Amino acid sequence: MKMSAITVKDLTKKFGDFTAVNNLSFDIEKGEVFGLLGPNGAGKSTTMAMLSTMLKPSSGQAWVNGYDILRNEDEVRKSIGIVFQDPSLDEELTAYENMDFHARLYRIPKNERQKKITELLKLVELDEKKDNLVKTYSGGMRRRLEIARGLLHEPKVLFLDEPTLGLDPQTRNHLWDYIHRLNQEKGITIILTTHYMEEADKLCHRIAIIDKGQIIALDTSEKLKNDIGGDIITIVSSEKDNLYSVVESLPGINNIEVHDSSITIGLHNAEKHVAQIVNMASESGVPIDSISIHKPTLEDVFLHFTGRTIREEEATGKEQMRMMQRSRK
Amino acid sequence: MDIVYTLWLRSVKRYTRSKSRMVGSLGMPVFLLLVLGFGLNSVVAIPGMEQGYIGFIIPGIISMSVLFTSVFAGIQIIWDKQFGFLKETLVAPVSRLEIMLGQTFGGATTALIQGLMIFVLSLLIGLEISSIPGFLIAIVFMMLIGISFTAFGIAIASRMEDMHGFQLIMNFVIFPIFGLSGALFPIESLPGWVRYLTLLDPLTYGVEGIRYGLLGSSHIDPAICFVILSGFTILMVGFGSYLFRKISI
Repeated sequence: MKMSAITVKDLTKKFGDFTAVNNLSFDIEKGEVFGLLGPNGAGKSTTMAMLSTMLKPSSGQAWVNGYDILRNEDEVRKSIGIVFQDPSLDEELTAYENMDFHARLYRIPKNERQKKITELLKLVELDEKKDNLVKTYSGGMRRRLEIARGLLHEPKVLFLDEPTLGLDPQTRNHLWDYIHRLNQEKGITIILTTHYMEEADKLCHRIAIIDKGQIIALDTSEKLKNDIGGDIITIVSSEKDNLYSVVESLPGINNIEVHDSSITIGLHNAEKHVAQIVNMASESGVPIDSISIHKPTLEDVFLHFTGRTIREEEATGKEQMRMMQRSRK
Repeated sequence: MDIVYTLWLRSVKRYTRSKSRMVGSLGMPVFLLLVLGFGLNSVVAIPGMEQGYIGFIIPGIISMSVLFTSVFAGIQIIWDKQFGFLKETLVAPVSRLEIMLGQTFGGATTALIQGLMIFVLSLLIGLEISSIPGFLIAIVFMMLIGISFTAFGIAIASRMEDMHGFQLIMNFVIFPIFGLSGALFPIESLPGWVRYLTLLDPLTYGVEGIRYGLLGSSHIDPAICFVILSGFTILMVGFGSYLFRKISI
């Protein structure tokens, strides 16, 4: 337990009848970039809130940097830097003043304050605009400032809650580079939540897929994708049940699943088998509307484990968020 | 103490930066001062008041200015809640009491500055202050009003979700506190039951204290005013920090 940056044991949070986080347990090693991936309302932010001592768990335990989140609140708070999902800057102050405020709150000695602030503002390339009011900043600049601020007190663990939500693709790529470099150069443990597959895939060493407050899969991106069994062939057909019985007999198939409008087949070297599948289907008189091959993505992983795509999940997720907010009042 | 100073510094910085708010919140008090002061000066005669009605209401208008600015400064925590900045302070390894005290002193400072602006304007339209120690006494009372009502604003803000309830608080709490305080009329001339209401209003003791300081005479003994208003301030700071500790975001 001493070696882990974060240890979570049976963590549960209930809002009234609604269980937002259900018996979560996992370990994050020092220096790891760990992703919590899931749709809105899956319990990612609630987990973050509990680990950062903002919210008391209903039951279960957790340690951050070796400190108990219930008993050593202040030590936990000193060990972590947070970039919240929603903006949390004072827009009426300049970037420098926002940093200075933070430095004073975390009791950074006067003689180090200025040096550290300048250093970090340089890192996120806001040095030249440090005396501009934050309200004149763009979304991406604000995000970068928040990351710089989160690093000011040299946290051991950095919490990033949906760090690139609502940013344009270019800014997003830029931020990913920062996050990656921070982890590489400073060795900071990073835990991030996201519902972008690509983000988790690119940044995280290990990913926990969360759905309805529970971890449904936890591994490296590579292994999660391998679970599906090689490449993915997606076939759309009006007679998908017939199609299923036809292709079932194909040798080399690792798994085959029937979804609402399609069948997905997981197998290695998919290119070689496509012709065979089409032949088998036409011999049995089963129509095929479309057929496609792709390398597995985390999207497929999510579909594989939950039977739903993450987009379908968004809609119901929002319902849950609303419920949660209501019961919090 | 560092933390309290940090929060204080932020409040004051924000205040000095928004010139429009500074000037805007002068509008109402100046308007009342001029309209009531000059309008009623010739018709109203207050016994024992050498400077006429306008001299009489100047302390009342100063109190009003301090009252409104401080309540508003306290309620501003709701903005911090909505714009997310409150999270940044709440997740830091500092106690809620320190945050609350910093906000309170910050708000009280801006309220004091606002009150002093009215004071300077009053000098321009002919107020003659009785003595320098008297002026310092007035400052002490302005600070007490500022601290107690910023804390009161924080207490309200801790229980409110958004700014929708703000009008309600203004109309049913703050205006009555101002109206009943004897800022605009002498307490002695009131019928018995209204006078009791007035004596229940904490602002009355602030107005009377400032009046004693600036004009050299008041209806209520300034020592009594000081004791009661100090007690109210301690009560409000306690109440405000109790509710602020339970704030959730």
